[in-house]
Amino acid sequence: MSIANKANRLTPYVFMAPAAIILTVALLYPICYMIYASFLDWSPSQRIGEADFVGLRNYANLLQDAAFRESFWVTIKFAAVVVTLEMIIGVGLALLLDRNIKGMSTLRTIFILPMMIAPIVVGLMWRYMYHPTVGIFNRTLKSWGFEGIPWLSDSNWSFVAVVMADVWQWTPFIFILSLAAMQSLPRSALEAAEIDGATEMQKIFFIKLPLMLPVLIVTLMLRLIDAFKVLEVIMVLTNGGPGLSTEIVALRIFRTAQEFQELGEAAAMSNTLLMVLMALTIGMFMYNKMQENRAVRMKAAASKGAV
Amino acid sequence: MPKIVLEGLVKRYGAFEVLHGIDLEMEADEFTVFVGPSGCGKSTTLRMIAGLESVTEGEIYIDGKPVSHLEPKARDLAMVFQDYALYPHMNVAKNMSFALRLQRRPKAEIDAKIADVAETLGLTQFLHRKPGELSGGQRQRVAMGRALTRDSGTFLFDEPLSNLDAKLRGQMRAELALMSQRVKKNMIYVTHDQIEAMTLADRIVVMNGGYIQQQGSPEELFKKPVNKFVAGFLGMPPMNFLDGEVAEKAGEIYVEGQDFSVKLSREKADAIRAHSGRKVTLGIRPSDLVYSPDAADEQSLLLNIVVSEYVGAQTVLLCECGGQKIDVELKSDIPIDRNRQLRFAINPEGVHLFDQDTEAAL
Ligand SMILES: Nc1ncnc2c1ncn2[C@@H]1O[C@H](COP(=O)(O)OP(=O)(O)OP(=O)(O)O)[C@@H](O)[C@H]1O
Ligand SMILES: [Mg+2]
Repeated sequence: MSIANKANRLTPYVFMAPAAIILTVALLYPICYMIYASFLDWSPSQRIGEADFVGLRNYANLLQDAAFRESFWVTIKFAAVVVTLEMIIGVGLALLLDRNIKGMSTLRTIFILPMMIAPIVVGLMWRYMYHPTVGIFNRTLKSWGFEGIPWLSDSNWSFVAVVMADVWQWTPFIFILSLAAMQSLPRSALEAAEIDGATEMQKIFFIKLPLMLPVLIVTLMLRLIDAFKVLEVIMVLTNGGPGLSTEIVALRIFRTAQEFQELGEAAAMSNTLLMVLMALTIGMFMYNKMQENRAVRMKAAASKGAV
Repeated sequence: MPKIVLEGLVKRYGAFEVLHGIDLEMEADEFTVFVGPSGCGKSTTLRMIAGLESVTEGEIYIDGKPVSHLEPKARDLAMVFQDYALYPHMNVAKNMSFALRLQRRPKAEIDAKIADVAETLGLTQFLHRKPGELSGGQRQRVAMGRALTRDSGTFLFDEPLSNLDAKLRGQMRAELALMSQRVKKNMIYVTHDQIEAMTLADRIVVMNGGYIQQQGSPEELFKKPVNKFVAGFLGMPPMNFLDGEVAEKAGEIYVEGQDFSVKLSREKADAIRAHSGRKVTLGIRPSDLVYSPDAADEQSLLLNIVVSEYVGAQTVLLCECGGQKIDVELKSDIPIDRNRQLRFAINPEGVHLFDQDTEAAL
């Protein structure tokens, strides 16, 4: 009886074991490998066993490396700017389009198309649009009688150019999530606000946005994490240039490994980026946990409360 | 405050017509109660007055001004929703003060008002809780409080007490009655509760299937229902209906049916004399039957007692007469044996007659 019982309780673990083992290996192995590699002076021509162990030297080098610091700063600037713009535009669009208009569902489908295009293709597409003479932007500007803009060859404009492409591609993500959040808002609370004399604006700021906040925060976190890792579009558009003006960390890592053949250093950079992302993820996780605890507390309080 | 008039109000959802032409005049400062079975269109009517539902046809006038194109906030009204509709992210105090804060009233005034209303509703200790942390009854009181802090001319209530226990409901009912006497406001109130309707209303509006069946003072509706529906809807336990036929014998008018034959009073008889032979329904309220073993056959019913339900001072007897169900209400101290035939005299004032086909009162 007790043996059968024990076997019964173990069965689920036995079934789960293969998946768990594969997951652990597949997840942990590359990460451990990368962490280990970041302590090595390692070039691609060596096997990993032949590389010299240099301790924290790669990390120390990073701190001194002005180019890396620059690319770190560019990444943060890029992530902050695109996510802010995308949040404002995405949520704004959702607020505008949250109504029953004919053909709304078609419109929504069109809106999310950019998200479905492969980043490389987005990069190529925008590169043609930014082309100094035949690109649509400069042709239009010139036909209106303005000067053409050096989209990709000026270090200020190139940042604007990559931001625009990213905003174009990822605003729909925020739009879709906030639209879903908005449509699950309690209709009757909005009606009550109307009766209480709230204007459309007041309804948005006092009712809709506060109620959407949990979804908005998770959306923001997801976008932020993604924005820190952006690579392809920028690689195709500017390849980090001109100068270092658009060289985000992911691109820097890629070049450190490919061009400079410094695998150890590249691993150290990756780890630094990983730590930043980890901090963001943990932040998001803690926020979720907080929400859950709150919900549990509310339920407990509600069931305790008399009449 | 204002006088509210509904004129030929029609509501359609697509091709589905929910309200079929509602005509109603509510005087200034009147307490109007809508009653009717579930799904008859009470909430819809209320929401149209509030401006939350569009008007398909007809018009709503507030103080003579057509308002059906106006936003809710331009109509000067407060509302208690059937599903509370509290703001989930605001605590009780913030929920109740939302409208006042939008109006930018002074903080001291708002605080005083909230404290006052919370006190009346017994919510003082919950002011800092969010709706999710309250029970159903508490939420309902917050919804009520949110309306009461406003000083609009018209209050709309959609079953505001439905989730409270009997005691609290009684308290709140008294509170409402007091308030409606004290302040000069229009109240439009939807309920399923007979007692609420009867005790609070200046005017009761009985609805069924998207039509107004009858409107008038509680007494008018109770004593002179215009049809079988209204007669059966108001009063607890409900009115008894016995199918029979009008018969004339020796100048007197009788209603005769299986196992009974009731002689009508002179005025009732005169009203119905022309209809001899017609199929009618005899309506008698349970309280209009009096236990009286020696009553004459033609002024009484001989009933088989099936079940006796003791409800405190009153006992309700579920009886049977010629295959038709009939309830009797009597004082509990009258000794009654079950499974016996007993004779009950009919209060001659309490006889109602309805046409069997049209169900209209005769
Ligand atoms: N959005 C809608 N679309 C279609 N039909 C609706 C809609 N809202 C309400 N109805 C219908 O209108 C009728 C009246 O509804 P209403 O809510 O006014 O009933 P009620 O009298 O308030 O009932 P209850 O006492 O159960 O609250 C119902 O038959 C309902 O099914
Ligand atoms: Mg209703």
